Amino acid sequence: MRRLAAALAALLLCGGAPAREAPPLAPDEKVEARLVTIAEELRCLVCQNESLVASRADLAMDLKREVREQVRAGKSDAEIRDFMVKRYGDFVLYRPPLKASTLLLWFGPFLLLAAGFAAIAIIVRRRRAVRAGALSTEDEARADALLQKRTDA
Amino acid sequence: MRIALIAGFVALIVLLAVGLTRNPREVPSPLIGKAAPAFELPRLGGAERFSPADMRGKVWLLNVWASWCVSCRDEHPVLVDFAKTKRAPLIGLNYKDQGDDARKWLARFGDPYQFSVVDADGRIGIDYGVYGVPETYVIDRAGVIRYKQIGPVTPDVLQATILPLIRELER
Repeated sequence: MRRLAAALAALLLCGGAPAREAPPLAPDEKVEARLVTIAEELRCLVCQNESLVASRADLAMDLKREVREQVRAGKSDAEIRDFMVKRYGDFVLYRPPLKASTLLLWFGPFLLLAAGFAAIAIIVRRRRAVRAGALSTEDEARADALLQKRTDA
Repeated sequence: MRIALIAGFVALIVLLAVGLTRNPREVPSPLIGKAAPAFELPRLGGAERFSPADMRGKVWLLNVWASWCVSCRDEHPVLVDFAKTKRAPLIGLNYKDQGDDARKWLARFGDPYQFSVVDADGRIGIDYGVYGVPETYVIDRAGVIRYKQIGPVTPDVLQATILPLIRELER
């Protein structure tokens, strides 16, 4: 009983702690918002299937620091992306630029799709040809006669 | 028709098999053929400062290392052996490390470097596109990066790639 009373008292004391709104995680939310939009489009080089925003790798933290500083210094998004590409190559971009070396990357899937459609078209056409030529005219007449008989019955 | 299908399937298998032999962690550096980014950093355990411009006229190696880096320990004996041959100057870039740890590490495993410079917050590492320590750059007389080894320098890489390249660049 006594313990319960003590626990209740402790609870009451805790309730007395002043409630406050959660403090912002970053000192400057505008910079942070831009950091997120830029870094979402950048690949973390250490854990390659994660974006810079999502990654907690050491290098990702450093690169985010770099982006943050450049945002504060008034650099444009394109300038910051360029900074990264100069050091790490197109690989850091989730949307690589369209150029000769990336043509296959961009259009390869459509090429495969077209090849698939072509294969289907060829297969369907062949099947149709086989079906059309399968019966001689006599056989067809016989089949028709048999079918006729059946519907009559 | 059947032959075309089988040929297509085999081609796909070959494509995927070739893909498996490649290392996706090796991201080709855009810095090859470009001037080595400038910096000025203090030497490890000294007040003197170093800049890549000091090496003009020499073919040299810049090796990025850290005492916390596990594969640097695999690589280290190779570098120690290389340093003994005095083939080319080897400068260390001590990347995001504690000075004390770095010095202890060198005392323990041997110091192959002419000297190391300290990149405590990793900024110079970013300029060089470092993403996985150890990394090694071969820089020519004009200060242009000619080769980048991502990951440890193995005896194979040293013999088959780096040494012939040094020879060629010194010609």
